Amino acid sequence: MMHTDTAPPGTAPVFHHEEEHHPETSTLLGFWIYLMSDCLIFAVLFATYGVLGRNYAAGPSPKDLFDLPLVALNTSMLLFSSITYGFAMLAMDKGRTAATQAWLAVTGLFGAAFLAIELYEFAHLIHEGAGPGRSAFLSSFFTLVGTHGLHVTFGLIWLVVLMVQVAQRGLIPENTRRLMCLSMFWHFLDVIWIGVFTFVYLMGVLQ
Amino acid sequence: MSAEAAHHDHGHGHEGGGASHGSFGGYVTGFVLSVILTAIPFWLVMARPLESGLWTGIIIMAFAAMQIVVHMVYFLHMNTKSEGGWTVLALIFTVTLVVITLTGSLWVMHHMNANMMPMSVEQLRHQP
Repeated sequence: MMHTDTAPPGTAPVFHHEEEHHPETSTLLGFWIYLMSDCLIFAVLFATYGVLGRNYAAGPSPKDLFDLPLVALNTSMLLFSSITYGFAMLAMDKGRTAATQAWLAVTGLFGAAFLAIELYEFAHLIHEGAGPGRSAFLSSFFTLVGTHGLHVTFGLIWLVVLMVQVAQRGLIPENTRRLMCLSMFWHFLDVIWIGVFTFVYLMGVLQ
Repeated sequence: MSAEAAHHDHGHGHEGGGASHGSFGGYVTGFVLSVILTAIPFWLVMARPLESGLWTGIIIMAFAAMQIVVHMVYFLHMNTKSEGGWTVLALIFTVTLVVITLTGSLWVMHHMNANMMPMSVEQLRHQP
């Protein structure tokens, strides 16, 4: 649109100018649009939790259940994994394969620690009789936080697959593109977690 | 600070269709800001220095919003230039839908509860 405006009057619109701004592949834009659609899934789950989150069915409330120091530890694990993934990307930019792999491994460990803590929390809740079937609040809680946990799980699987691919082929353009997609995915999950710990845990304990 | 980051992105966004991977300083800045913006809400809720629950709630929501922006800028390297502005356009569209979904659901369901339920949520909670 803009480019037709800049063409001098009387000449045909020069469409090939638009090509300059396009990347060679639109994978990253496509992946970003996938993330945005994923964001909508989480918005629906947040809305469900917002509507059902106070229907305790005479059962335990967030104040009785949530252990904030554990949540803070969990949050820090995800935050650490975000910055170590950033360092992996910086190493990738410089073409240092070994450093990239090392930072990816550290990211994977922090991600696994996050998952382990979350699974411990879920097991603890279910053991206390506060499983997903206890009340509408717990159903929506497990759906929302569980969906985030599933995303982290698949992110970890993806991370391991990419580490194998980088080990086999090195930092070829295909692999750097894949690493950039996973980078967006991983940071996106951290953004969702900000909403989870604020809206679910902190607001829950506050009430 | 964001202007500086945008300038940096412009200088280094050469490969992969204008996507930039940031700099060491950018990641560390984002990390430090995130730690601060995470620690304060946790402290506000765990230590309760503020009496008012409403204000504590509003403040931690504001901190969450700020931290989301920090992550978008320093970790996801959002700017209006990447992919010719299409990423930020998709983001604005998504944020609009998210706001409609959240406020719409909460608003409608709150009125359903207030107008159609014989008992309030608090009463239900204290049922034997």
